[in-house]
Amino acid sequence: MTRLLLVIAGGLVGAPLRYVADRAVQSRHDSLFPWGTFSVNIVGSLILGFLAGASSALPHGVQLLVGTGFCGALTTYSTFSYETIRLYEDRARFLAVANVTASIVAGLGSVFLGAAVSQAIWG
Amino acid sequence: MEHHHPVEPLPRGPVDSDVDLRIDGRAQRVHDPVILGAIAVGGAIGAAARYLVGLGWPTPPGGFPVSTLIINVIGCGLIGILMVLVTDVLTRQRLLRPFLGTGVLGGFTTFSTYAVDIQQLVTGRNAGIALLYLATTVVGALLAVRASVSATRALITWRTR
Repeated sequence: MTRLLLVIAGGLVGAPLRYVADRAVQSRHDSLFPWGTFSVNIVGSLILGFLAGASSALPHGVQLLVGTGFCGALTTYSTFSYETIRLYEDRARFLAVANVTASIVAGLGSVFLGAAVSQAIWG
Repeated sequence: MEHHHPVEPLPRGPVDSDVDLRIDGRAQRVHDPVILGAIAVGGAIGAAARYLVGLGWPTPPGGFPVSTLIINVIGCGLIGILMVLVTDVLTRQRLLRPFLGTGVLGGFTTFSTYAVDIQQLVTGRNAGIALLYLATTVVGALLAVRASVSATRALITWRTR
């Protein structure tokens, strides 16, 4: 039960932070490319990669609170996919393909980077 | 059927289902606490549901992360239905998109776990499974959105004829 509450606490913060960050990014550019969702997904992947690299050094509660709860709710697959389909429908097909490619490449890159940083710290 | 829109919507609604600047506002820095609260509660529900699905259907080390795949594809199917409904039918339900879309479905689906799943498989020398998981999730998620958007639009057109 405590574990579930940690996940809930993380989700309670992660989801509204995605909205606030997404809105802040979206209001600063005029392109169709969904930079807001892209940014939160990359930042969330970086943090979760860091946690994954430190899995033996950090208590399980931190993984649940920050990893499963916070990072899981901060990042989103549904918005990412919906945006991609909407771009495709709006004939912004290059942006749709670019969104998928850039999100996956940058997401994986930040996971590996985060894991490398935590492994450098805790070895 | 005549539609009454609280704001002038794009024919197909916003590209970003989390933030619609025409509704959420571009200039104002203040956030509506009711909207933020709805997103927070929704996000907590979504994250809890994702955690419980993962507990009930754990992925063995080096195995194909079936539960995360299912979670992400189902969440994508549901966002397609929701966005057509809030754009075309339930246009006055101000909290529906923040609560269900940004909150519940955003909290339920996850990009970071997807990326870490792939990294763990690659580092564990299961690059084949990693590639298969990478591709099936993207294709499954996009097909789910596409199919649910089309089906919901078709259903609305049929009902309002």
